[in-house]
Amino acid sequence: MLEIKNLHAQVEGKKILKGLNLTIQPGEVHAIMGPNGSGKSTLAQVLAGRDAYDVTEGKVIYNGLDLLDMEPEERARAGVFLAFQYPVEIPGVNSTYFLKAAFNEVRKHRGEAELDAIDFLNLVKEKMKVLELPQSLLNRPVNEGFSGGEKKRNEIFQMAVLDPKLAILDETDSGLDIDALRLVAEGVNKLKRPDNAQLIITHYQRLLDYIVPDFVHVLYDGRIIKTGEKRLALDLEERGYDWLLAEYRSQTTETPSGLVGAR
Amino acid sequence: MTMRPSTEGVVTGSDDAFLASYEQLESRDHGVVPPWLIALRRAGIAHFGELGFPTTEDEEWRFTNVGAIASLPTHPAHSWDNPQPAARELERFTFGQMPSIRLVFIDGCFTPSLSSTELSAEGVEIHSLKNALQANVDWVQGHLGRYSGADKNAFVALNTAMVEEGAAIRILPNRRIEKPIHLLFVFNTTQRGASIHPRILIVAERGSDARVLESYECLQEGETFTNVVTEIVMGEGTRLEHCRLQLESKRAFHVGTIHAHQARSSHLITHSISLGAKLARVNINPVLDAEGCECTLNGLYVVDGGQLVDHHTAIHHSKPHCNSHEFYHGILDGKAQAVFNGKIFVRPEAQKTDAKQTNRNLLLSDEATIHTKPQLEIFADDVKCTHGATVGQLQDEAVFYLRSRGIGKDAARRMLVHAFASDIINRISIEPVRTELDQIMFDLFEREPGV
Ligand SMILES: Nc1ncnc2c1ncn2[C@@H]1O[C@H](COP(=O)(O)OP(=O)(O)OP(=O)(O)O)[C@@H](O)[C@H]1O
Ligand SMILES: [Mg+2]
Repeated sequence: MLEIKNLHAQVEGKKILKGLNLTIQPGEVHAIMGPNGSGKSTLAQVLAGRDAYDVTEGKVIYNGLDLLDMEPEERARAGVFLAFQYPVEIPGVNSTYFLKAAFNEVRKHRGEAELDAIDFLNLVKEKMKVLELPQSLLNRPVNEGFSGGEKKRNEIFQMAVLDPKLAILDETDSGLDIDALRLVAEGVNKLKRPDNAQLIITHYQRLLDYIVPDFVHVLYDGRIIKTGEKRLALDLEERGYDWLLAEYRSQTTETPSGLVGAR
Repeated sequence: MTMRPSTEGVVTGSDDAFLASYEQLESRDHGVVPPWLIALRRAGIAHFGELGFPTTEDEEWRFTNVGAIASLPTHPAHSWDNPQPAARELERFTFGQMPSIRLVFIDGCFTPSLSSTELSAEGVEIHSLKNALQANVDWVQGHLGRYSGADKNAFVALNTAMVEEGAAIRILPNRRIEKPIHLLFVFNTTQRGASIHPRILIVAERGSDARVLESYECLQEGETFTNVVTEIVMGEGTRLEHCRLQLESKRAFHVGTIHAHQARSSHLITHSISLGAKLARVNINPVLDAEGCECTLNGLYVVDGGQLVDHHTAIHHSKPHCNSHEFYHGILDGKAQAVFNGKIFVRPEAQKTDAKQTNRNLLLSDEATIHTKPQLEIFADDVKCTHGATVGQLQDEAVFYLRSRGIGKDAARRMLVHAFASDIINRISIEPVRTELDQIMFDLFEREPGV
């Protein structure tokens, strides 16, 4: 479903991703963990098509398509969804209006007819219920004045409405209390099907209690330095990253730039 | 200070047509209107004579060259007997036939057959200005010209010289007027230089609450000239929402001045929406002349092509414990130019003043220019004054967020521009006006090109 090969990316001349490889098959859940600043959000944003990041090398194939060659909206319509680490407030754009526009674009791409206002509203209400979001949010501008937790739940709500094939969650669990966490996990798990996949970026094992990953990767200094099964997340939670970084350093002849031991 | 520079070459030097218009009016009205009005007009023309049309050497008019106005072959817009438009032609200016007390002015003339049958209603007394002057209504005499500063601004002076038609509105004490009072000015003529000088007086008596809407429209595209002055006198504890919509022809010239005098604990809200005209200049000058006053100035200008729009606001904090808030948004495309000058004067005794000013501008083209300038003159020490001006393009993060949900780049941009305008429009409390403006913005920005 997704194949990332030797991905290099930089922002404002600063190299962040330095040869990242990752393959995701349909039906799989992958978790990415890693210290602050290791490049997790960069990866997520590059996959979603943020042009502030320059891809200098590498390839990303998504369902047979050259993902890096597509505009952000084309990626979204083809089923890529990014739940932002920091959802953007958009004053003046009504949430319902925004979501309906997005939803109809995605449907149009799939060759489906637009839903009429009533059917759309019913769909939206049903998804809101799952996430226990107050319906009043629909009448407010996108994310404006939402609490931290509401913003995160709103991302998952949008995801539930848009029904993507590849969902990328960038620290959606940060800042959520345990009840909200469970709701978010439920929303994500509802989406799980043999033909779609999820890439979950997190710092905490606790989300992975609810969304069980098939693989856990550790991203460090722009590369994946370790891949394991679910229990790797438990190990990291218990022991931190230091042992892994030490292991990594002893294996590589080339010293990763500057960052070593910095965190 | 406004001064006529000695360099004759800069001035277009053809105020003559304007003087002729005045003389015509004076000779016609002699002995018909009350003597005090004749005197008021005379003072007006004298000030106009002294001041002359401003030039760009005048700091207040640096970016706005009114030479084209000065050289217009001005004449009263109603000089030609155009057939009166049918009511149905005006429907599109009525916000979906919004219930209101409506006064319609065609080419500057009050037209009763197109206006509400009853002008005065429970709690409010309304006259066309001409009727009020002929009947010599005492409160009109008491207030007209008292605060407008004809000695400082040539356009106000000119308007004062030409005082004839417009509206006089008095809201009675402690009354809340539910229906908006709508003054609709429509140009029907296309004669170059067709001019109107409406004068509007709004007297809000203590404890009253009302909404007044002035809209400037046209049936045909013409090189017309509007020079309007609105005087607002607010009594204690009053609330007045004033909305001016300038939707004139893209070839028109429009100058509008609002003077508001506020008594204790009054709250004035103004909205200035400016979309039309080739050149539009709006001055808004509230004087917060007693404790506990508040004024909120909202504005939106949307211009493209060769349009120029200029807002000069001057908020006078004269007494302690007053608040002012100002929010202006501008959207500029093509070679359009906009000017925003926001003055806030805080007098020495005006302690505990809280003044906030924001002017944000979106430039959709490289050729558009904006001159934005806050001008704070603060002579008290215990005050809170903030101002901020931004000029820029759309926020990349917001565009990306919308695109990441499948919304196309253009659509995302249009949605955000529309939202930027809505931010101001949504502050208008008159729902049908909001809806109409929102539709105009949608048509301007979100309708698919070519559809
Ligand atoms: N726009 C930018 N300009 C400059 N530096 C940037 C920019 N975006 C990211 N960086 C830098 O790139 C590095 C990787 O950032 P990224 O956000 O991908 O890390 P992360 O792994 O998501 O971290 P966190 O766990 O804190 O979310 C950091 O050092 C960050 O400061
Ligand atoms: Mg991050």
